[in-house]
Amino acid sequence: MEKLTVAGTSFESRLFTGTGKFSSNLQMAEAIAASGSQLVTVALKRVELDGRQDDLLAQIGTTGARLLPNTSGVRTAEEAIFAARLAREALQTSWIKLEIHPDARYLLPDAAETLKATEVLAREGFVVLPYIHADPVLCKRLEEAGAAAVMPLGAPIGSNGGLQTRDFLRIIIEQSNVPVVVDAGIGAPSQAAEAMEMGADAVLVNTAIAAAARPLQMALAFKLAVEAGRLAYEGGLAPRHSGASATSPLTAFLSPV
Amino acid sequence: MSFYKEFRRYNWEEVRRSIYRKTPAEVERALGKDWPDLEDFKALLSPAADAFLEPMAQQSAALTRRRFGRTMQLYLPLYLSNFCENRCVYCGFSGSNPIRRKVLNEEEILAEVRTIKQEPFRHLLLVTGEAPQKAGTAYLEQVLRLLQPAFSQLSLEVQPLDTDDYTRLAEARLHAVYVYQETYKEAAYPQYHPFGRKANFRYRLETPDRLGAAGIRKVGLGTLIGLEDWRTEAWFTALHLQYLRRRYWQSRYSLSFPRLRPFAGEGFQPRVLTNERDLTQLICAYRLFDADVELSLSTRERPAYRDGVVPLGITALSAGSKTGPGAYSGNHELEQFAVNDARSPREVAEMLRRQGFEPVWKDWEPCLQQATTL
Repeated sequence: MEKLTVAGTSFESRLFTGTGKFSSNLQMAEAIAASGSQLVTVALKRVELDGRQDDLLAQIGTTGARLLPNTSGVRTAEEAIFAARLAREALQTSWIKLEIHPDARYLLPDAAETLKATEVLAREGFVVLPYIHADPVLCKRLEEAGAAAVMPLGAPIGSNGGLQTRDFLRIIIEQSNVPVVVDAGIGAPSQAAEAMEMGADAVLVNTAIAAAARPLQMALAFKLAVEAGRLAYEGGLAPRHSGASATSPLTAFLSPV
Repeated sequence: MSFYKEFRRYNWEEVRRSIYRKTPAEVERALGKDWPDLEDFKALLSPAADAFLEPMAQQSAALTRRRFGRTMQLYLPLYLSNFCENRCVYCGFSGSNPIRRKVLNEEEILAEVRTIKQEPFRHLLLVTGEAPQKAGTAYLEQVLRLLQPAFSQLSLEVQPLDTDDYTRLAEARLHAVYVYQETYKEAAYPQYHPFGRKANFRYRLETPDRLGAAGIRKVGLGTLIGLEDWRTEAWFTALHLQYLRRRYWQSRYSLSFPRLRPFAGEGFQPRVLTNERDLTQLICAYRLFDADVELSLSTRERPAYRDGVVPLGITALSAGSKTGPGAYSGNHELEQFAVNDARSPREVAEMLRRQGFEPVWKDWEPCLQQATTL
C-alpha cells in the first residue's frame, strides 16, 4: 500500500480519527490505537492551552499519533486565525484543521471564511487542512491558497449518512493536486471503503467509532476497511459492465470479414 | 419584528386542547418521523404519549449518543447577589421576603473561587436577582473580567438586559445567557410576577431576540415547571426555539426544566403537580423534536432521578451547587432554593463514569472568541 504524504510527512495509515464523544479518555486512546491512526484531531475548546494538566491531551499522547488541533467553535476567519496562532504556541504544532462553521446546528462549513483563513495561515507557514463542502471549485481555490490537503464532507457531521456527496467527491478526487480526505458523515466501514475505492487519499472518522457499542472493535473494522478500500483502488478495480454483448450491431459494417 | 408577533398568532387554550386531543396513532406517527414538526411535538407531549414512554426514551437516548456521544458537560452556578426588586410569588429571592441581602464584592468572589477551584470546574454560571443598582451591567462586566483567568466558559442567569448591554458583555467574553420565560401563558404571567421589571412579559419574551442580535453564542430557554400546564409550556418553548433557530442561526440553544421546590419564606405550592415520569416524557419529547439542542438538568432533582435520566437525553449537569451568594465559602443562610442532589462534583463525576460517560469540564476556549485583524 502506498504511503500517504501530507505536507512532507508520510503516514502508513490512511484513517484519521477524532477524539470527541468517547465514554472515557482512556477508551478514546485505546480506540485510536486499535484504528492504527497516526493523525488525530482534537477540538481546541476541549483542551487546556495554558500548560495545565490535561487528561485528554495526555491520553492522546500515549497513542503516538500526530496531533491535529481543530478550530471548532469559531465563526469567522479572524477568529480561526487567532485560534490557530494560539494553538501553534500552546501545542507546538503548525498543523491546523480549519473548522469554521457559524451554523451552530449542523456545523456546516463557511466556504468564504475558510478560504480567507486558509490564505492567511498558509502564508504564515501553517499546514492547513480545511474542512469544507464537497465543492470542486472551492477545493481548487483552497489548493491554490496553499491548503496542504482538502477535507470535503461526505454528509453532515455526526449524521453517519455516508457519501451523500459522492458525485462531487469524485470530481474533487479527479482534479486535486493535494490529498483529499473525506471528512464527516462516514458512518460505517463499508462507506469508508467506498471512499477509498473512489480514490480518496484518506478518511476522517469520529462518531461512527466513538458512538459504536464497542468502539475498539469498530476502530479495527474501520482500519481494515480503509486498507481494503485503498488496496482495491491501487489494485485497479475491474470495470463494472451492465451486460456485454458478443454481437456488434452498430459496428459490424466496419470489418467485412 | 420579534418573537412576540409570532407568539401572538397562537392561543394558549387552543394549543392546550389540541395537545390533549392527540391520539396514540398520532404519537406513533410522530415517533416514526426523522424530523418531527410542531404538530408531532404536540403528540409527543400529550397524555397519549405516556404509554410510549419506553420507545420514546430509547429513541431519545440513541439520538443523544449520536449527536453528543458518551459525554456530559458539568457546570457550577455561582450566586453573586440575592438583591431583587421583583416579587415573583414562587421565588426565595422575592423582594418581599425578609431575608438578608448580599452582593459579593471582588474579595468575596475570589474567596468563592478559591473553594470552587478545589473541583475541576471550568464552566461557571453566574446568577443574580434583578437589582440593576446593585448588580447591573457594569458590575457583571467587572465580574466577567475578574473570573476570566480562572474559567474557560462564563455564562449568565441574571435579569434581562438590552442589546447594547449584551454586546458589551460579549466583548468581556460572556459565552451563554439563560433567561427563562417562567410561563408562556401571558394571561397568567402577572399573577406570578406582580411587581418590578419582571412584570413586563413582552420585554422578557423578546430577550432571546436581543441575545441573538448581540451575537451571544448560546441562549438558554425554559419555563418554571409547576406554574401552568407543562405540556403547553413545552410546546411554546419549542415554538420559541424554532423561531430563534431560523433567525439567529449562529447561536446554540439550551433548554432547562426547573421544577418548583420548597423555599424560605411564605410557602408557594406548585399549581400543577408534575411527577418524574412527566419530566422524563418532557426531556425525551424535547430531544425527539430537536436532536441538537442542549438539555440541562440542575440539582433541584434528586440523585436517583438524575442518575436514571442521564443517558436519556440530558447533555449538561450542575453538580455540588450552592444557591446563595457566598455559599461556597461558608455562608449558607441566603439560599434561593434547596438542592435535592447534595453530592459533591467528584461524586457526580464518578457516577457518570460508572454509567460510561466522560465528564467534560472544559468545552470552550475563550481564544476562539478572539478575532484578529487581517
